[in-house]
Amino acid sequence: MLYREAGQFKASYEADQQIFPILQDRVGVLLLIGFFALVVPLFADQYWLKAILIPVLIFSLAAIGLNILTGYAGQLSLGSAAFMAVGAFGAYNFMLRIDGMPFLVAILLGGLCAAAVGVVFGLPSLRIKGFYLAVATLAAQFFIVWALVKIEWFSNYSSSGVITAQEIEILGFAFDGPVSKYLLTLFVVVVMALLAKNMVRSTTGRMWMAVRDMDVAAEVIGIRLMRTKLTAFAVSSFYCGVAGALYAYTYIGTVEPEGFNLDLSFKILFMIIIGGVGSIMGSFLGAAFIVLLPIALDVFVPMFLGDLVSSSFVSNLQLIVFGGLIVFFLIVEPHGLARLWQIGKEKLRLWPFPH
Amino acid sequence: MKLKKTVILGAAIAGLLGSSMAIAAEQFIGLPSYRVGPYAAGGSGIYGGWIDYMQMVNERDGGINGVKLTWEECETEYNNARGVECYERLKNKGETGNSVFQPLSTGITYSVLDKVAKDKIPLVTMGYGRTDAADGRVFPYVFPLITTYWSQATTMVKYIAGKEGGTDKLKGKKIALLYHDSAYGKESHAVLEKMAERYGYELTKLAVAHPGNEQQSQWLQIRQLRPDWVILWGWGVMNPTALKSAAKTGFSREKMVGVWWSGAEEDTVPAGSAAKGFTAAGYNVAGADYPVIKDIETNVYAKGKGNMEDKSRVGSVYYNRGVVHGLITVEAIRKAQEKFGKGKALTGEQVRWGFENLDMDEKRLAELGATGFLPPLKTSCLDHEGSGKVKYQQWDGSKWNVVTDWIDADRELVRGMIEESAAAYAKEKGITPRDCSKEM
Repeated sequence: MLYREAGQFKASYEADQQIFPILQDRVGVLLLIGFFALVVPLFADQYWLKAILIPVLIFSLAAIGLNILTGYAGQLSLGSAAFMAVGAFGAYNFMLRIDGMPFLVAILLGGLCAAAVGVVFGLPSLRIKGFYLAVATLAAQFFIVWALVKIEWFSNYSSSGVITAQEIEILGFAFDGPVSKYLLTLFVVVVMALLAKNMVRSTTGRMWMAVRDMDVAAEVIGIRLMRTKLTAFAVSSFYCGVAGALYAYTYIGTVEPEGFNLDLSFKILFMIIIGGVGSIMGSFLGAAFIVLLPIALDVFVPMFLGDLVSSSFVSNLQLIVFGGLIVFFLIVEPHGLARLWQIGKEKLRLWPFPH
Repeated sequence: MKLKKTVILGAAIAGLLGSSMAIAAEQFIGLPSYRVGPYAAGGSGIYGGWIDYMQMVNERDGGINGVKLTWEECETEYNNARGVECYERLKNKGETGNSVFQPLSTGITYSVLDKVAKDKIPLVTMGYGRTDAADGRVFPYVFPLITTYWSQATTMVKYIAGKEGGTDKLKGKKIALLYHDSAYGKESHAVLEKMAERYGYELTKLAVAHPGNEQQSQWLQIRQLRPDWVILWGWGVMNPTALKSAAKTGFSREKMVGVWWSGAEEDTVPAGSAAKGFTAAGYNVAGADYPVIKDIETNVYAKGKGNMEDKSRVGSVYYNRGVVHGLITVEAIRKAQEKFGKGKALTGEQVRWGFENLDMDEKRLAELGATGFLPPLKTSCLDHEGSGKVKYQQWDGSKWNVVTDWIDADRELVRGMIEESAAAYAKEKGITPRDCSKEM
């Protein structure tokens, strides 16, 4: 009842080709964006903006990047964090070395650097598949971080190999407060997420999915494997790269290559597994789950148990609960949180007369 | 009647509580600790010692001039993003906000470096972090107190020179630097190279990839090179592995010198007998015989309020390092109270002044029961390092024994490099350095 599409006729090609063909989806997404862009900045304090919302948005973008590669094109990757690092260091160097470089252009160029590196490390995917490909991308993870530490030019010869993000200024407006940084992050993430949503239902996206489902069959019907796989690597790395640049500029400020280690890659992989492989919305849900749950545990576990047990026990208990919840979710809903929303949507469609 | 009594009693209690709250000021200290993960041994020891010291000050003295210390832990897991979250979460807690942030992680330090100046919360990075932050003109809110990696590297060369019989004997000697291949390990390069030029020793740098449990090829190189000394710039599991590999290679542990992150019980005990004879630097020493540790035992552990689960770690290197954190933090707050009002809770900005005007000379250390426990310390607007001295301790197979007096760093050399690097940072970030003659 609430989610009834009956009666929504499309009278033009434009109407038929919208990103969200169902009215309820369109309204829902607009309301959601409106809420986060207009209402949240009014009420959220610094802590929420700086420590919760900005990282969730940035990791969502990185998760979308990995989801394009793993969820849509079926290529397993463990190098997402390294591609983020390329984006961050790329954007930093463009800002540093070219006078008057606009910020948005710099992060896009950083993303393009990541895309180029991604294509190079995507080449093995033409020959190897599955877990073996994961090992090849693992090489990317270690090589890129090593190279960023080793080649001092990347960090402008800083003695400890870290870079400090420059101030962000767009058209004379300085983005230095938490609200402005949050809005900037939100803007970039929303635009790129909509683009991704659009891309995965286009020819490119359908080719990716064909390759994912069976690459021999895809080749037989005339899809060029090399081009498809490499575009997936390029686009995925581009998204990760932009996320990395945002991570440096709107979130952390000063980053070291070691910050983008294998742990982070795994975390992004867990995000898409928990959120839903092959779903843009799942990337957001997964990122929120992986970022927020440990923080929530760290706040609430000591609150209830703080005086009874030692602080070491509390810290270890959080990890145990976190791991347990991940296992629980994977058993209850192996297709991720996005699938729960899909089920909910179907229920709403029939409500209140389920058959 | 009964009800009336209860109401009166309740009101009386509420009044008491209310009034006592109004009287007793509390100074809040946020602790971004890590008790899980690969570095849990360091985190639990240091934060445990620190908490125990603050507990002791509360129990023995009733706080600092009557201001009770309160604290809250926030688990960072040694992860940068979690560290930033903890920083933001702890920032506004307590009466006057967080007084000081000490994350014990280079990564988290870098992540909050820009934020602390805006939020006016001092960032203390004892024995790690950004070395050039010792220039207080460019980094007013950052305090790499006591000593820095660069200072430490100069003391290592001094220590080796002492063993060889003078700096002139260093000429032609071969020193191998076995370092953790990360920003942390690379901190040593510039200084050791500069000193190599000056003293004429030959420096070979051998990188060990994280985490460092595989060092076969590096030790093969050492065997071929036959260096006179090996400097171990390690971290975590890399340290016991290096000691064991040295034993296998037949390289004398007496000729191995470690940094302060290589010189704890957690580094030597896993290596077993291979660690015997190994020497490492430390800006604090091991041992439970110091009056300050005795005070903690009688005022905290005897009352069952200790933070360490394993009480035998009291007096270990990491634990004592935590006590040093506590000592210095409390001293800074005490100093700041002298200027901004005794018995009051202070803001981060006021505590910052305390850190900048610390003066812990021998006399003060003796009063604190910490003579020889940590080096004398005097900070200023120019100098946020304050000491630069370390002691060397040798592992005898079961405990660390101090083998040198405080060795002073080559501060002239280090200071030049610090100012150069800080000036470059200031230029990049567009910071105008403070004029220290105007600071009070």
